[in-house]
Amino acid sequence: MEILVCIKRVPDNEENEIELNSAGNDIDRDDLVYSVNEWDNYAVEEAIQIVDNVGGSVTVVSIGDEEVDEVLRREMAMGAEKGIMLTDDAFEGSDGKGIATILKGVVEKGNYDLIMTGAQADEGYAQIGGMLAAMMDVPFASLVNKIEVGDKTLKIGREIEGGNQEMNEIDLPCVLSIQTGINEPRYVGIRGIRKVASVEIPEFGASDLGIDAGTIGEAAAKVKRVDYFMPDLGDGAEMLEGSTEEIIDKLIEILKANGGLS
Amino acid sequence: MAKLYAYISHKNGVADDTALELLTAAAKIDAGASVTAIVTGSGADLDKVCQEMAASYKEVLKIDNEAMAYPNAEIIRKALVEIIKDDDIVLLPHDTFGMDLGPGLSIKTDSPFAADIVDIEGVDGSTLKLIRQEFAGQVYTHVTCDISSGAILNIRPGVCKADESKAAGGSVTETSVSADLSAGRRYLETVIPEAGDVDITKSDVLVSVGRGIEDEENIEIAQELADAMGAVVSCSRPIVDAKWLEQSRQVGTSGKTVKPKVYMAMGISGSFQHLGGIKGGFMIAVNKNPKAPIFQVANVGVVADILEFMPELTEKIGDL
Amino acid sequence: MEHLISPAKYIIFGFLPGWLLSILFVVVGVGTFTYIMAKRIAPMIKAAPDNSRFDRIPDRIIQTIKVWLLQIRQPRYMLAGVLHILVFFGFLTLFLRTNSLVVIGISENFALPGLSPDQFLGKIYNILKDYAATIVFFACIVAAIRRGIFKPARYAVPEKYGHDHTAEAVFVLAIIMGLMTTESLFEAAAVASGHEIFLAPLTLAWFFSKVLHNASHGMLQSIHVISYFAHDFLFFFFLCFLPLGKHFHVITSIFNVIFMRVQRGNIKPVMYGVSEEGLDDLESFGVKKLEDYTWKHMLDFYSCADCGRCSDQCPANLVGRPLSPRFITIKARDLMFKNYPLTGPMLKSEPLMETIYEPDEIWSCTTCGACEQECPLGIEYIDKIVDLRRGMVDEGDVPQTLQKPLKALGKRGNPWGKMEKKRADWAKDKEFAEECTVKLVEKGETAETLYFVDSISSYDDRMMDIAKASSKVLTASGVDFCILGKQEKDSGNEVIRFGEEMLFQDLKGNNVDAIKESGVKNIVTADPHAYNALKNDYPELDLPIEHISQVITKSVKSGQLKLKPVEDSSKTYTYHDPCYLGRHNELYDDPREAIDAIPGIKRVEMLKNKDRSLCCSGGGLMLFYEPEEEERMAALRVRMADEAGANVIVTACPFCLVNIEDAIKVAGFEGQIEAIELAELIETHIIK
Repeated sequence: MEILVCIKRVPDNEENEIELNSAGNDIDRDDLVYSVNEWDNYAVEEAIQIVDNVGGSVTVVSIGDEEVDEVLRREMAMGAEKGIMLTDDAFEGSDGKGIATILKGVVEKGNYDLIMTGAQADEGYAQIGGMLAAMMDVPFASLVNKIEVGDKTLKIGREIEGGNQEMNEIDLPCVLSIQTGINEPRYVGIRGIRKVASVEIPEFGASDLGIDAGTIGEAAAKVKRVDYFMPDLGDGAEMLEGSTEEIIDKLIEILKANGGLS
Repeated sequence: MAKLYAYISHKNGVADDTALELLTAAAKIDAGASVTAIVTGSGADLDKVCQEMAASYKEVLKIDNEAMAYPNAEIIRKALVEIIKDDDIVLLPHDTFGMDLGPGLSIKTDSPFAADIVDIEGVDGSTLKLIRQEFAGQVYTHVTCDISSGAILNIRPGVCKADESKAAGGSVTETSVSADLSAGRRYLETVIPEAGDVDITKSDVLVSVGRGIEDEENIEIAQELADAMGAVVSCSRPIVDAKWLEQSRQVGTSGKTVKPKVYMAMGISGSFQHLGGIKGGFMIAVNKNPKAPIFQVANVGVVADILEFMPELTEKIGDL
Repeated sequence: MEHLISPAKYIIFGFLPGWLLSILFVVVGVGTFTYIMAKRIAPMIKAAPDNSRFDRIPDRIIQTIKVWLLQIRQPRYMLAGVLHILVFFGFLTLFLRTNSLVVIGISENFALPGLSPDQFLGKIYNILKDYAATIVFFACIVAAIRRGIFKPARYAVPEKYGHDHTAEAVFVLAIIMGLMTTESLFEAAAVASGHEIFLAPLTLAWFFSKVLHNASHGMLQSIHVISYFAHDFLFFFFLCFLPLGKHFHVITSIFNVIFMRVQRGNIKPVMYGVSEEGLDDLESFGVKKLEDYTWKHMLDFYSCADCGRCSDQCPANLVGRPLSPRFITIKARDLMFKNYPLTGPMLKSEPLMETIYEPDEIWSCTTCGACEQECPLGIEYIDKIVDLRRGMVDEGDVPQTLQKPLKALGKRGNPWGKMEKKRADWAKDKEFAEECTVKLVEKGETAETLYFVDSISSYDDRMMDIAKASSKVLTASGVDFCILGKQEKDSGNEVIRFGEEMLFQDLKGNNVDAIKESGVKNIVTADPHAYNALKNDYPELDLPIEHISQVITKSVKSGQLKLKPVEDSSKTYTYHDPCYLGRHNELYDDPREAIDAIPGIKRVEMLKNKDRSLCCSGGGLMLFYEPEEEERMAALRVRMADEAGANVIVTACPFCLVNIEDAIKVAGFEGQIEAIELAELIETHIIK
């Protein structure tokens, strides 16, 4: 099975709070470190496991400048055979539809049976997979947490409300957006990345992909982020202060008043 | 003239909580607009939901079709594409169904897509002004959406207060779909995980733990507090991912929905996926990080390390 | 009575001359033994290289004398140890006798030069060997009773690890007793028949000679010849049986001890003979299949006597983690025997992981070194565990809970992924900064001494107190010191031990550059893990390194650091040895002296102390690993402190402090026992 996984390089915010810069119009990027979007990493692991079982190859693709080289190689070190970098000034400022349009260009250059994305990334739209599938007129499933490969179809599980799993049969080719927890991604060390350091990663621009530059980029974007801000937290929780003892005494009163102590 | 549509999710003849939240969201776009509810499904359950919605929505569009008995996004998309014209705006809940439907629908209707909207500031000409969050709620963003060719808007469940006025006195109109409703993705079944050791939805008081518990062994500390309070221990997703507690104890959109009297969020940062599973009750949050988003939604907050705070609270409660 | 015919001259069954049978025994016995040994050596030839075993010859000689010849590790288990020493010296004594006995079967009057019965040395030797045989015989009886009837728990083989080894042990004891009996009977029969040989009183041979006193000549002749050939047979049978099981150590132990580790604390390179620069060219890292082990590690497997002391001391085994060092060895030896059979073709090597070893088993080790400290044969475990982990890391097979801190170490230089710029925040804390000034290399300041803080004391809210206390102690001791701040990265002590070699190289390279650039002359640290890494795993760094306890004892002695009487004299203190200070670096006394420098302090020792200290469950990345275990190591430790009558546990390691403070709560000793770090304890007693 030929699988394409679309990956994104995102700021790593797990331990460190994202803060606004001093101008207040962007996040403070000085001390950020970047890595592959967590959901995408699960998608690549899943793709590799499928290929390990049924054969084929995994290709990873990412949009951006030279900086995405790092995440592409990281995923190649996991076992993706090929990497593709999509880079063009015209891509900058694209909204979800623009990104999906660019990806459609690269999908059409290949012959993929399965396309995967992460369920969402740092911006949390959860949109690229569904858009790409609709553009290509192939079926789509979001929040996939189980994949069984069949003949020309896949049996997939989706994570739905209430901790339940919705089982579907889906025709190939298709697009799946992958939820975390579907597998246990393997570890990639510096050594693994160095092993693929010299593998050539082809770069494509808008014209290579046959994309009309007018349909992508900032000019074509209809959904735009204006700024970042921190809301006034005025109506948040009533914060209990004082010594631990005082806090606990107050808290116990509050618990009693609200039926928290039986 | 642009129309506003809201897609109504429902199950077993009961509309989802989001059904009336979307009505509120629509009013934020255009306070005076008449909003049309689209309800798909089949049989008596569908009728019931349509009747229920007619109380709140001026117009209810009913699509009764066997193929839609289970909400398959691909099939419902085909139906919606026939209804939505040019610059119509469609509101969807940003839940597991909305994530399945919204992006593709926006492509098929050639309208922009904005998802996980937490607030709507209003319309300025053809620009819709939205508020979203990024980095799992750590920062907010102002977002503009050009609605000159309509829009598909996924609204985060729970952020708009449901419009319970039920003053619409609307009517139900039935429509049919002409498209071929076969789909490339076919629903098979829903797998419900085996019932766990306790039913967290039945408990009046929950001591819910998140990443702040740090270690599997520390679950015991939360259990001791819960025991002292006569409560049950629940948790957020990372705890289940780490296999420290069973999935049946998870609160959130991908876990259980709970409605306790008191919800103690211990070391939980407060992602919307988690908050999506809490439907009311008095919330007390304890977290080391004074900027944790949980403090925005909790009633009472304490900045403390739960590993130190919980044992002390347990002891004090034990002394009562 | 007529003298007996010697076995060499005796004509067996009327046609076979005894000397010919003796030669046959030698030819067949030596031939078989050589063949078996060749088969046993085969895998060692295919093994990974190790060129580190031929250096430091004087140290090796001393070590061999202590560990092999003097058996100094044996009495750590008193009964078994004493029995072993008796048998060991018995064997050493009888070695000469056994060899000459083999030749006596061919040439009846053979004696080793200087040892013939009519020479002085020979007379002495004959007395010695008679007693040796007797002592060995009775030691074997006691051992057999102990092993076969009392069955000490240490020897039990859990079902998952295969069959019980008691039968083999008792069988070998029986052979040894047989050897002693036949040798003594051979001699006793001769004496009983009137040969003038002096038999030492109360020996086996003396006893048999008394018993046989009235036996007929024919009877004695039969006993004489039969016991001789029985002895000859048993000897060659025993020789060929040794390489088939746990008694191989009788042959290999001397080599294993000669080649055992002389350096402490460091980790073996990925591949001996390959420089750090050459690592990128290696096809594979670590041990994935049997032949990836070094020849010395294979020799370790052959040498294990299955005494179970390693596992008896192993904290992981103690708390029910799925690791027993003894079976790391036994399973590998079983595989060596299986893959390199005595007859038939060698088998293809399979991956070790998920066949004989499980990942959780290998991740369970805290690298505390208790097993290696105990092994009477100098078998190594940490290097093997690290090599197996290197193999798993290379395959991407790393538990999810460890992947996050490893990734964070790569990106941020600390396992929590906290920002580099916050590394020195503890020193900027207002209250602290008013009392104590810490020079920051990142601000262009420098000093004579570098205080290497390491990650946990830099970032953990609680452990920052150790950094602060250490800074105050250094200041009070008159040490001019600085810290690297954001230029410091994790020392990587656990990074290399968790098998992530390349990440370790990165961290080390960064730290070495930063330290060299700072121009400091020496280094102090309060974190034993950092101390160990900098001292033993950073060979590029040739600066003196001290632990804060050494600074404290020196300053107290010089009078620079003055301590006031203990604040609460009703308390009893005990000192918990951190593994990376104690066992790995043999710093046992400085921390104790530092504590005792506080006037009026009362200190007791726990049951397990110094080189038998019980690991608190490990530091660094071990904090992130979630093992299956029945109990926490630190909880056991807290109970030990309680049993010793202590109510304050002093340790000299931030990780020990994390684990012990936590365990005090878990084990229900809150309010009864407290834990404190050494620098913190000293800091509160400084006379300002």
